[in-house]
Order: sequence, then structure tokens, then C-alpha cells
Amino acid sequence: MISLAHFIVLGAVLFCIAVAGIFINRKNVIVLLMAIELMLLAVNTNFIAFSRFFGDVSGQVFVFFILTVAAAESAIGLAILTLLFRNRRTINVAEFDDLRG
Amino acid sequence: MSWNDLINVLPELYLTGSICVLLLFDAFAGARYRNAMHWLSMLVLIVTALLVVAAQRVGPATAFSGMYINDALAGLLKLFSILAVALVFVFASPYLRMRKLAAGEFHTLALFALLGIMMLVSAGNLVMIYLGLEMLTLSSYALVALDRDSPRATEAAMKYFVLGAMASGLLLYGMSMIYGATGTLSLAGIGATLPMSPHYMLAVFGVVFVLAGIAFKFGAAPFHMWLPDVYEGSPTAVTLFVASAPKLAAVGMALRLLDLGGGLHPLFPYWQDMLAVLAVASLAIGSLVAIVQSNLKRMLAYSTIGHMGYLLIGLCAGTSFGAAASVFYAIAYVLMSTAAFGVILALARTGFEADQIEDLRGLNQRSPWLAGLMALAMFSLAGVPPLFGFWAKLLVLQAAIQANLLWLAIVGAVAAIISLFYYLRVVKVMYFDSPAEDRTLIATSDASLRWVLSLNALALLALGVFQGPLLDWCLRGITG
Repeated sequence: MISLAHFIVLGAVLFCIAVAGIFINRKNVIVLLMAIELMLLAVNTNFIAFSRFFGDVSGQVFVFFILTVAAAESAIGLAILTLLFRNRRTINVAEFDDLRG
Repeated sequence: MSWNDLINVLPELYLTGSICVLLLFDAFAGARYRNAMHWLSMLVLIVTALLVVAAQRVGPATAFSGMYINDALAGLLKLFSILAVALVFVFASPYLRMRKLAAGEFHTLALFALLGIMMLVSAGNLVMIYLGLEMLTLSSYALVALDRDSPRATEAAMKYFVLGAMASGLLLYGMSMIYGATGTLSLAGIGATLPMSPHYMLAVFGVVFVLAGIAFKFGAAPFHMWLPDVYEGSPTAVTLFVASAPKLAAVGMALRLLDLGGGLHPLFPYWQDMLAVLAVASLAIGSLVAIVQSNLKRMLAYSTIGHMGYLLIGLCAGTSFGAAASVFYAIAYVLMSTAAFGVILALARTGFEADQIEDLRGLNQRSPWLAGLMALAMFSLAGVPPLFGFWAKLLVLQAAIQANLLWLAIVGAVAAIISLFYYLRVVKVMYFDSPAEDRTLIATSDASLRWVLSLNALALLALGVFQGPLLDWCLRGITG
């Protein structure tokens, strides 16, 4: 029997993978974007699990909004990435060090 | 949904419609009407402000089954956000023209961000908070990348985007925990069910993530990494925007989520300690790291981090006076930073950004009036009596002492003394150093920029002397 706790643990594991993906990754901006998407999916898993548990629809409605906003977010992220590649000819995270101090 | 609901959200509805019209206008009118875009945006702002005032007369009320709150706090924050965006438009317009940046996109994106701010400060539900916040931040990412051919601006936009998206993820994860503990998304409902929830600890766990999200939006340490890069890398016109109205949104969001009786207020003992840690870290980083900066925009960024520390002190107090003090502080900060960045914009020309502290050398000999305005802004940021910034600092420290947080007030006072050093350095460079020979420092000839900037800086003096009515207004906003 799969209980609520299983889903919460799944959400937490996905979330941790996403955070690790953001902090450990030193090579590629696209992996960062993927990690961010994964983070939002972890949140969605949580919301759907709780929503089902409470028998309350509002959590699932929130998930629809999160999915929509995530699409807009990655559109903007990829647009910025394209600009960055055009200006720098690289998407290596370690090379973005013009701004510091 | 009833007519009454629609009347409450009329300012937002009007703004949404006008932005769509402006977008179409910008797409079809062509470059010849670039100035028209500016004046039409100003007109939209004025009408929106009038509608906010009108909507205040039907309030305080909630609309759409508690999704949207129309109360005095929302009205106050909306009016000052509109004022801040109007100042941004006036100060930015010569800069955008000289650098041939896309003025149409700048105006529409800033207005979209304003729409996000207005939704955020009126939010009565976690969904509304998230949507308002994303509307604001997505527009800000695009604004930072407005100068498409600048490697620094795009790098700043990328850093802002990655960290901002991660902060939204943290905030959402916290919201999902709070939903799990209470079974409702409405802030009033969360406040009511939280004290008897069997999953109390789950909510406490969620608060940590929510606070991380809030701290990121404020730019409070240790979530401040994006702020200096964004301030330095983006075009000064955009920096001015990022440094102004979004801070009002952040304080509105924090109050809706944490305070005002609803939301996470039952968890006050937990979030008070966490906010205190954030405040101390921000004060330390803001006052110490700013000293070594040579870039004026970057220095102001670290000074922002310090100011957010003071704002959090007010929130830490957890009293309605503390909340009013932090709203007051946010308003003061916004007016001070528009004045400071306005002076930078007034000096910037093609090929000269005026963004190094050294660039201001001898400004007093070239343009005594601008030097005076900048000195006024710097003294106000430093908190010298009787300027606006002094009263803002005094009120938050007073709130902390009333809430038995004397140690926090002492940390704040020490940080104020340390930060005096770098503000005064700017004043020293302007008044006591001799100007560069090559006449790079020329004040702008744009009349509206000069006049509005003067009014902005003089308001810091006027509101410092007559701070009473504004403080009353803030207190009314909190207590309803």
C-alpha cells in the first residue's frame, strides 16, 4: 500500500536532487534549468499528494498554475541563455565571472 | 463573483487592459512615437493611482472568496509602488534614449512588474502570492537583460534568473508543507487552523523554506548573492527599477505571509528567531562589504542589503508598531534609492556610466545642485537627522526595543555607524576632490529629470521634518 508518506519522501528526494543539481553543477547552464524544473515538479508531487489526502481540490488547482508559470519561466530562462551564448560563445557556469567584488 | 468583486480589483483590471493596449501601440506605432510611449505610460500610472484611491473607498473588503484583499495596507503600498514606477520612468527616459535601448519594452515590462506588485500586496491566498511574485520576477529578469548586446547585463540576468527561480522553488516547497499541515491555501484559513493542526512541525519545516524565499526577494543575507551582480550588471535605468518598487512588494508579501494575524502568525516564535538571524547577517554584510567597493552601483547594492536588515528588524518585533515601522522603512528606502540612482542617471551620458565612485570626483565644482542632491540622498541613507532615513531607522530600532530585542537594536545602531563611513566617502569625493580635467562630468539638460529629481531629494528632507502623517498612515495600514 502506498501511503501519503511515500509521496512526501518522493517529493523530498526529487527536491534534494534538484538542489544538488544547482549547487554541484559547475559545467552547464542547461543542467541548471533542468534542476529548476525538477524542483518545481517535486513541489507539484507534494501538492497533489496532500490534495488527494485531504480530498481538497485547491492543491491540484495550484499545480496547474505552477505548471503554467514554470513554462513561462523556462521560456525566459532559455531566452536569456540564448543571449548569453551569443555574447560569450559559452554556457559554462564557471566562466560567468565578469561580475564580482 | 459579483460586481463588488470587480470594483475591488478595478485598478488591476484597468492596468492589465492598458498594458495590452500599450503593447499593441508599441508594436504598430514604430520608432517615431517613442516619446508617446513614455507619456502614455505616465497617463496609465496616474489613472491606476486614481482607481486605487477609488477602490480604497469601497474597502476594506475581500474579493473573489478571500483571494484578493483590498485594505489600507494594500492601498498604501500600491500608491507608493505607482509613485516609484513613475519616478523610474521619468529618470530613465533620457538614459534609454541615449543608449537606444528599447523604451517600449522597458515601459511595458515595468508596468507588468507593477501589476505583479499590486497583485502581491493584495494577496489573500498562497496562489495569489505565487502568481504576483512570479509576475514581478519574470518581468524583472527580462528587464535586466534589456541591453541584449552587453555581456555583463546578460550575465547578471542569468544569475538573477537561476537564483530567483531557485528561491521560487524554495518558497513553493514551503507552501506545499504549509498546505500539508493545514489543508487550505487561504492565508486567513491557515492562520485559523494552524494552532490546532496535528502536523504543527510540518508547518514549522515549511516556514524555513518560505522565509528563505522571502529573504531572497528582499535580498537579505545569506540569500543576497544576486543583488550586487544585478545592480552592477544591468543598465542603470533597470537598476533603478529593481532597487525601488519591488522592495515594497517584498515587505507586503512578508506581512501577508507572516504577520497581520493571519498566515503564519501562529508560528511567530519560530520565525522571529530566523528573521533575527537574517537581519544580523544582512546588517553585517551590508555595512562591512560595502566599504571595499569602488563601483557606486555595487556599493549601493551592499547598502541595500544593510537596509533590508533594518527592515527585517521591524518585522522581527512582531508588533503592529514594528510592522508599521518596516512599511515606513520600505517607503523611505525606495525614495532614497530613487534619488541616489537618479543622480547617477542624470550624470550618465553615451559612453560614460558615472557608476564608479571616482567618477563623481569634484562634482560640487561642476554642478553644485546635483552634488547637493546626492549628498542629501547619501546623508539620508546613512541615517543623519533630521532626514527621512533617520526616522526610518529610529522607528525600527524603537520597535525592536519595545519588543525586548535590545541586542538587535544595538547591532542595528553599530551597523549604522559603520555604514556612515562609505556614505560619507561619496560626499568627500564630491566635495573635496578636484574634478578630472577632461570635463566628463556634465549634468543632464533634461528638464523633467532635473525637476523631479530635485523634488525627490527634497522630499527626503521634507518627509524627515514632517514624518508624522506618513507614520500615521502606515499604522492605519497595519491596524486596519
